[in-house]
Amino acid sequence: MLAYYLRLGLHSLRRNPILTALMVMAVGFGVASSMTTYAVFRAVSGNPLPDKSTQLFAPQIDVWGPDSRARGRDIPDALTYKDATALMHEHKAARQTAIYPVGFTLVPRDAAREPFAVSGYAAYADFFPMFEVPFLYGSGWNAAQDEARATVVVISSKLNQQLFGGANSVGQTVHLDDHDYQVIGVAADWNPRPRFYDVNNSSGFTDPPDFFLPFTRAIDTQTETAGNDNCFGSGGRKPGFDGWLQSECAWVSYWVELPDAAAVRAYRSYLLGYADEQRQAGRFHWPSYVTLRNLTEWMDYERVVPPETRISLVLSLGFLLVCLVNTVGLMLAKFMRRAGEIGVRRALGASRREIWLQYLAEAAIVGVSGGLAGVMLTGLGVLGVGLVFEPDIARLAHINLGLVGLTLLCSLVATLGAAFYPTWRASRVQPAWQLKSH
Amino acid sequence: MHIQPILAALRKHKAGTLLIALQIALTLAIVCNALFIIHQRLAHIAEPTGVDESNVFVIENMWGEQYNKQQAAANVEQDLATLRNLPAVQDATQSDSYPLSTVGGSDNFITLKVDQVEPTTDATVYSGDEHFLHTLGLKLIAGRDFRADEVKDAGQRDVVVPPVTIISKAMADKLYPNGDALGKSFYSMSSTPVTIVGIVETMQRSRLGAWAIPYAEQSMVWPIRDASPLGVFYIVRAKPGQLAAAMQEAPKALYAANRMRIINPKDGLMSFAQVRRRAYDSDRGMAILMGIICVVLLAITGAGIVGLTSFWVGQRRRQIGVRRALGATHRDILHYFLTENLLISVGGIGVGIVLTFGLNLWLVTRFELGIMPLTYVLSGVVLLIVLGQGAVFAPALRASRVPPVEATRPA
Repeated sequence: MLAYYLRLGLHSLRRNPILTALMVMAVGFGVASSMTTYAVFRAVSGNPLPDKSTQLFAPQIDVWGPDSRARGRDIPDALTYKDATALMHEHKAARQTAIYPVGFTLVPRDAAREPFAVSGYAAYADFFPMFEVPFLYGSGWNAAQDEARATVVVISSKLNQQLFGGANSVGQTVHLDDHDYQVIGVAADWNPRPRFYDVNNSSGFTDPPDFFLPFTRAIDTQTETAGNDNCFGSGGRKPGFDGWLQSECAWVSYWVELPDAAAVRAYRSYLLGYADEQRQAGRFHWPSYVTLRNLTEWMDYERVVPPETRISLVLSLGFLLVCLVNTVGLMLAKFMRRAGEIGVRRALGASRREIWLQYLAEAAIVGVSGGLAGVMLTGLGVLGVGLVFEPDIARLAHINLGLVGLTLLCSLVATLGAAFYPTWRASRVQPAWQLKSH
Repeated sequence: MHIQPILAALRKHKAGTLLIALQIALTLAIVCNALFIIHQRLAHIAEPTGVDESNVFVIENMWGEQYNKQQAAANVEQDLATLRNLPAVQDATQSDSYPLSTVGGSDNFITLKVDQVEPTTDATVYSGDEHFLHTLGLKLIAGRDFRADEVKDAGQRDVVVPPVTIISKAMADKLYPNGDALGKSFYSMSSTPVTIVGIVETMQRSRLGAWAIPYAEQSMVWPIRDASPLGVFYIVRAKPGQLAAAMQEAPKALYAANRMRIINPKDGLMSFAQVRRRAYDSDRGMAILMGIICVVLLAITGAGIVGLTSFWVGQRRRQIGVRRALGATHRDILHYFLTENLLISVGGIGVGIVLTFGLNLWLVTRFELGIMPLTYVLSGVVLLIVLGQGAVFAPALRASRVPPVEATRPA
């Protein structure tokens, strides 16, 4: 029976090709714009570490006091060097690491090759197990090497390819900014997006880091941060690198792993206790204030999803809504015009349900065709997304089987939803009245 | 034209009428807000930088060796001499940042008193030498340029607060609204006052995020040579019309003078046009997207009105025939459909205006968009009425050509 209805539907749609094309294109455009912006939204709002996002936390400490917030700013989204090293030293979480971005010049062994710039992060040993960094060769360094300020480095598989042709390079040396580092591990392709541990410095969607080295070692060589350095107020600061380390400038990212609710509670009170201690020591002249956000809360707090992406999604959904209202109107007109035909079919014994199903089948054909048009337009949209969004973000959006399926499903569901009222009206046609009027 | 019979007829097509009205309402809300977003973004892009944009380019030079402050400063001076000697080059300077760079440099709180809590403004700090104004083409409107002996070297974390500065007119007006800023001083995150010795007409900030909108064009130059161990920006002004030649010879000359440097092949060398494109990437993209949404949405709404009206005309051929037979002219029938559409549009627009402000208010609270001026709604209303009348015209014309004899035919 369904096949028969579909045939009837096709026949009816072919009778008004322009109107049919209009409905199909409306559904297609509406779905395609929503799907394209959704593809971008999905790419930037994804959870970078789903299995651990509730166990990873970023603490904040109010080191600048209420004056700094007079103009609506929040407390710094990084720690000062003093606080980061104090928290590292007291080691109260299951795992913890201080992190900051660094940039070096890499001078290849081969004198014929030009030196080039590399970027990476200074971190502690816990970084690797905490963030589940996969390794191709070797491993991360250990806590003892943190203590010893070891000259070791973990390099990315890309850098390993560039320098050692992809071979196992563990034990080889890499020359970074006048210092030799021993390769201790080669990380497999690892670039969580957004890069949650660095969203306070970057958009979170930049190229993957080339290397990681011990935080303690980076400080030893007086390596500057390549990220943000937020300072507040006109307070005197001693000059030079040590003056900077002792200052109230916030530039160290800090992450802790807390396996359960009890650990979170304990760490929160520990942080507050730490801030209280600092206040009693005369460093803070205001009530202690700390925060502890988990990974997903941190993504929200840092507004990782650019406002452009959200506005586009909202307006595209509004656009889809208009397209659907349009389709409802056209279908209604089309179906009601055939009231006479419906009257005849009803008089010949078709039930309301059968009429309803027949017109729903016709709507489904529109939905599927609209979906196919939508898939093609979404393809075009994703290709053209570079025109509209920033390059870092645009390249994340891509079309895959899931998106194609979602586009088809979305257009079918939307069209059937839109068809609900017109088909219902069609099924309520009074046969007697229709027959009489002719 | 009597409205009464039209309303009576519309009552028989309640659902269709409501759907068109709803579509017009939603279209108005979305188009007005999209146009407003487009306007805001374009206005942002059109802000002047004060820079001689067609002749300036920028080199991001990173050092390949670890230099101390003296070595870095000497290298910078040597490189600048190399650049200034090139035949296609007018002048060259160094800085830690430049207008629209979006990277490097710093943004400082500015206060008028040393113990002031709430900052008076927030300004971009550019480090620059006595060639900075001339190289960028910034127009000095009061006071003087830096002297060579005022320029001090500063390493990465050195807290150097110079005694003198050159600021933008926008910043001068913000600090001293009476126009007497020259010779006065202010504090910039330090307890040492800085004296204003020069004012330039326009000098855009380096960063332009939403937070910086209240501080547009607030910027200043400090007489500092950037002797950072990381690297430095060289800003070069080519002789008029020789930008391409200068951009080609500059990196070659620098590498020939000293190989231990990195100029990233990807974005280490950028003309100011490229700098501008990068800075306004997301603004331009947003304007394009909103433009596409507007055009397609209006097209679909227009097509929807054509489709639905065509159906109504087809459905009412007999009634139209009867009216024609009873003496109605072509013009009467045409007016009937145009007025019908106008009534529906007005109804839709009434709801649409409420939706427009609702959506705008929501965008304001969620995305710091700004309140929409009434002119947008008015132009949106005019646009939709014209669209509706235009869309309904063809079917209405067809209706007016229905011959009176239709009255005698069965539907």
